[in-house]
Amino acid sequence: MTPGDIAAFAQGAVVTVALSVAGILIGLPVGLGLALIRWGKVPVIGRLVALYVSILRATPLVTLLLLLFFALPNVGVPIDPYSAAILALSMNTSAFNCEIWRAALLAFPKDQLEAAMSVGMSAGLRFRRIVLPQIARASLPALVNEMSLLIKVTPVLAVVGVVDITRAAVRIGAETYEPLPPFLVAIALYAPIIFGLVSLQRFIERRHAAAEAA
Amino acid sequence: MIHDFGIVWNERGLLMSGLANTALLSVIAAVVSLLLGAALAPAMMSRRRAVAGAARAFVDAMRCVPFLLFAYIVYYGLPSLGINFDNWSAGLAALMLYNTAYMAEILRGAWAAMPREPIEAGTAFGFSGVRLFRRIILPGLVLSAGPVVGNQLIQIIKDSAFLTIIALPELTHAASSIQSRYYVPFAAFITAVALYWGLCLVVEGGVNVLRRLADARR
Repeated sequence: MTPGDIAAFAQGAVVTVALSVAGILIGLPVGLGLALIRWGKVPVIGRLVALYVSILRATPLVTLLLLLFFALPNVGVPIDPYSAAILALSMNTSAFNCEIWRAALLAFPKDQLEAAMSVGMSAGLRFRRIVLPQIARASLPALVNEMSLLIKVTPVLAVVGVVDITRAAVRIGAETYEPLPPFLVAIALYAPIIFGLVSLQRFIERRHAAAEAA
Repeated sequence: MIHDFGIVWNERGLLMSGLANTALLSVIAAVVSLLLGAALAPAMMSRRRAVAGAARAFVDAMRCVPFLLFAYIVYYGLPSLGINFDNWSAGLAALMLYNTAYMAEILRGAWAAMPREPIEAGTAFGFSGVRLFRRIILPGLVLSAGPVVGNQLIQIIKDSAFLTIIALPELTHAASSIQSRYYVPFAAFITAVALYWGLCLVVEGGVNVLRRLADARR
């Protein structure tokens, strides 16, 4: 590999990580918002959110990405590959995050809410001080797992022309007529990131189990 | 807009063959990887350190590799080692091998979480070996691992869409070719999304039946 190839991989790695982080940072609060709408049983909108989650969870990221990238300009919304990538990632992950947050909300003990109400806490304060810290802790392992799944599907973003790790590998493979080495380098870049998240999830789960046993 | 959907309707043959390919790929990959996973799961729990370590290393490695890159390696990489595939077999092989690791992990987890009492009771009633496995262990294992295997099948269906990149004529590839021929991106891809959704609803329906069976047995 030439120094130029190494630079291409380094740049690609920055793009891959930046897009993943953007998707995660947008997907977390949006997922929580969607979960709250379903939890609060908001009429009509709650049903729409359930439909959105059901469809998005069944849609492959490639298909969603191609839909957004080609169809949005068609209806007069110009979109570049990077915005399409971030939009697709956050739509996809928000649907999964919604289900994770909702499971934690459904398991939340009602008596705590009633106790908070009886000491006169407002709805916003109840959510911030009582509900959020506990559901965040309960959802954390599943959320970290979802993050590792998100990073695992990012190679597909190269399809619309995002210049990430995968795109660099494809280009170098096409130039040198030896596709195997650049793809192995790409895997060597992805694997530690995903392994880090998987280990983090196991660590959190073990700590929870230890805390519950104590 | 209606006109666009008319074009997609005229090309329904192409979409349906894409859907059939997606369904076929996913089901074959799920069945084979479930069987291979069933062979790998006991290896992960083997008392021999080397066997357990090797099986665990394979499973962990697969779980850290993005599927798309794995498919690229199988499709572009193996021919340079002298193993040649057409894109259908390469895609199917990639799906099967990749998911074997996930299925093995699912089965190992379900096995480890199984209560010991029914097995002990079975042994006390004189069941052993194959009969113990078939009559006592297997039904419980199918009912407890079933929903997770169903989720994995949905994951396989979605992963199979990545194979459009190696030009495998599955559902997303069919939608892509309709869109590039007639420039009807919204109609083509939204139809594909609806078909994926339908496929996943069918799988979820099956999982729910299994879950109700499991509840009835409890």
